[in-house]
Amino acid sequence: MPESGSLVSRAIRWDTVVGALLIVLLLFSFSFVDGFGNAFNLSFLIGSALPIALIALPMTMLVVAGEIDLSVASTAGLSGAVMGKLWNQGMTIETIIPICLILGVVCGLVNGLLVTRLGLPSLAVTIGTLAAYRGIAQIVLGSDAVTDFPTQYLDFAAGRIGDTFVPYALLPFLVLLAIALVVLHATPFGRSLFAIGASEEAARFAGVRVKRHKLILFTVTGLVASLTGVFWALHYASARYDNATGLELSVIAAVLLGGIDFDGGKGTLGGAIAGVFLLGVLQNVMSLQDVSAQSQIVVTGVLLVVSVLGPRVARQISVARAASSSP
Amino acid sequence: MTHPSDTGPAPVLALKDISKSFGAVRALRGVSLELFPGEVHALAGENGAGKSTLIKTLAGVHRPDSGQVLLDGEPVVFHGPGDARDAGIAVIYQEPTLFPDLSIAENIFMGRQPRRALGRIDHKATHTATAALMQRLGVDLDPDRPARGLSIADQQIVEIAKALSFDARVLIMDEPTAALTGSEVARLFGVVRTLREQGAAVLFISHRLEEIFEICRRVTTLRDGAWIASEPVEGMTEDDLVRRMVGRDLDELYPKQDVEPGEVALSVRRLTREGVFTDVSFEVRCGEIVGLAGLVGAGRTEVARAVFGIDRWDAGEVEVQGHRLTNGAPSTAMAAGLALVPEDRRAQGLVMDMSIERNIGLTGLRTTVKAGLMDRGAERSRSLDWAVKLQVKYARIADTVNTLSGGNQQKVVLAKWLATGPKVLIVDEPTRGIDVGTKAEVHRLLSQLAADGVAVLMISSDLPEVLGMADRVLVMHEGRLTAEIPRSEATEETVMAAATGRAAA
Repeated sequence: MPESGSLVSRAIRWDTVVGALLIVLLLFSFSFVDGFGNAFNLSFLIGSALPIALIALPMTMLVVAGEIDLSVASTAGLSGAVMGKLWNQGMTIETIIPICLILGVVCGLVNGLLVTRLGLPSLAVTIGTLAAYRGIAQIVLGSDAVTDFPTQYLDFAAGRIGDTFVPYALLPFLVLLAIALVVLHATPFGRSLFAIGASEEAARFAGVRVKRHKLILFTVTGLVASLTGVFWALHYASARYDNATGLELSVIAAVLLGGIDFDGGKGTLGGAIAGVFLLGVLQNVMSLQDVSAQSQIVVTGVLLVVSVLGPRVARQISVARAASSSP
Repeated sequence: MTHPSDTGPAPVLALKDISKSFGAVRALRGVSLELFPGEVHALAGENGAGKSTLIKTLAGVHRPDSGQVLLDGEPVVFHGPGDARDAGIAVIYQEPTLFPDLSIAENIFMGRQPRRALGRIDHKATHTATAALMQRLGVDLDPDRPARGLSIADQQIVEIAKALSFDARVLIMDEPTAALTGSEVARLFGVVRTLREQGAAVLFISHRLEEIFEICRRVTTLRDGAWIASEPVEGMTEDDLVRRMVGRDLDELYPKQDVEPGEVALSVRRLTREGVFTDVSFEVRCGEIVGLAGLVGAGRTEVARAVFGIDRWDAGEVEVQGHRLTNGAPSTAMAAGLALVPEDRRAQGLVMDMSIERNIGLTGLRTTVKAGLMDRGAERSRSLDWAVKLQVKYARIADTVNTLSGGNQQKVVLAKWLATGPKVLIVDEPTRGIDVGTKAEVHRLLSQLAADGVAVLMISSDLPEVLGMADRVLVMHEGRLTAEIPRSEATEETVMAAATGRAAA
């Protein structure tokens, strides 16, 4: 019988590997990289990673359930564009933000309905809406850039608490992270997502409402994407139709790096968030060390291939261990 | 219990004192086996006895740690499945894997089609060669028919034809009959007899003991990886064979208790799913075991799926204990007290990559909850409780279910559903592909459940099982219920007559 619960096999679990790598990289950076440890750099690092980390919360759940949403960055961009447009028309920011969030819910709902009602693959559906939502954003705002949002909001999105390195925005993120951790790893809903991702048919035969779970997930993903779009526009004090372009790839990269199996059913949210910050720290350190942008892209690309290979190799090792000890 | 070597010809294939270990597990311990040309030889043993390892050793998948494989008396070493195939050894698996979009002929000659000038495939020659193979097997299958839509029985014939095209002299058939109907088994046996007459040696594995007695000349029994006996089938009884396999006397295989039926628990009225089944009405009472018989494809599984809510129905209604079920909603069926143990335990019954604990826990997501969160303590004790009650053999409750044997996997599926405390239990092929010891345990369990007042609907293609366990037998033929036969009148003849549409009782 395989020692599936043993310390050895837990040590070669990929999410633990990523967490350990992150700690090693942080220790290294604090000790040897000039300019890394100061409050300004740290808050810059966290601020740039936050949009990715935010969307990674629902994206992790989607990938665990065997689905994906590539339209998140476009939803964020659309949300930012609508925010800019309505602000230009004189609406108050307190009215605009809820409208943007509702818009995100609608975007997510459209994805979810196309996937669950029409039975289309989410990869295809969200490639389509990736283009569509971005297109609508451009129609809404054209090539304008809206920058004159109220100062207190800009300060909240870009500022940090006193002299510390902690951005204000980190606090609400930590609350959302805690909620997501509980939902995915400690509720019947989360447990069902793992079952759906590992075997949708078996989950259905166990009475799990598969379509409902997926619809909820896509809707929440749209909501979080639009929230990210609002944060992005305020953080960079700029609402443009092309905000957050390509962010979906960073999110998916980080989630995969964090050990979420692209085939569904496996992984932990902790691993995914470790993946987000591992990529974030790495890029930050490379920038501080004046590594050229091109080389940074190469390093990130290699890491991605490793991230897809790594968990598989880790699993094959444990499968081989199991096979060598059972017939 | 000796090796009979007084037979005229020398063994075509022999294993001598083969041992094979995986880590600490000794899968085979000094196993010997001789296969003679023109003989059908049974390999018997419970799940985990080492049958699969033995087959894989013969097929060149595993290399033995010690001992010899002798081909025509000469020691050989197989470095891979290709070597075994070149030596004339072919394995026919329970569920063959053909290319669905290719024709039967193309599947058989995949990668080595007869060629014409310029390397073009000679379709005519492929067709002719395939037709010749089919004729040799005495089977009527069109070589140009695509493999898609072939029954499992037909797919096996294609695999056998393929083996013959490689000039196989030894055929290993691993539970070929598990998914076949009675008439398909009869045809397969016809093919096996033909092969035997043509001088092939066949190693035959089946959990259905009566098949061993019908078709095999000798039987080799394994238990816990050890060779127990190789002996002629003639003169043995089923009890003798079971005793060799389990090492003790087995309790009765069909321990049906008499129960006075109670209230109607499941009521299905005029249920129709267009093109699949029509106007199906029946009732199952508390304490009853009702068998649902019929040929594969008669619509039995489809009725069960619709009743449980996996598929939608187009007309009719279903009530569980007086509660009308919602169309297409398994969760409401569960809430009403219905449970379905599906026919495909690997794809439908279990999440293979999940632990035993969580698989059983999956049906309790609404109950093992505290303040909206999973109550892990309650989940674990619920799972442990049922795994122990059903005597699942496992190392750790946190092990994934794919580490378990087939019989133990089936027990986990049963555990998962019994843990919901069902009032109505539908079991679809509850003992397919599991060993005789576990089979008796499952039957005892079903009987006990009925005695405790559960209404059981049992779909099974295993006719002795239906006759041995059911109070009443419902029979389906081509999407309709064609007969309801009380236990006293149910025989193989009456059930098969209704299943094949020969009588409308």
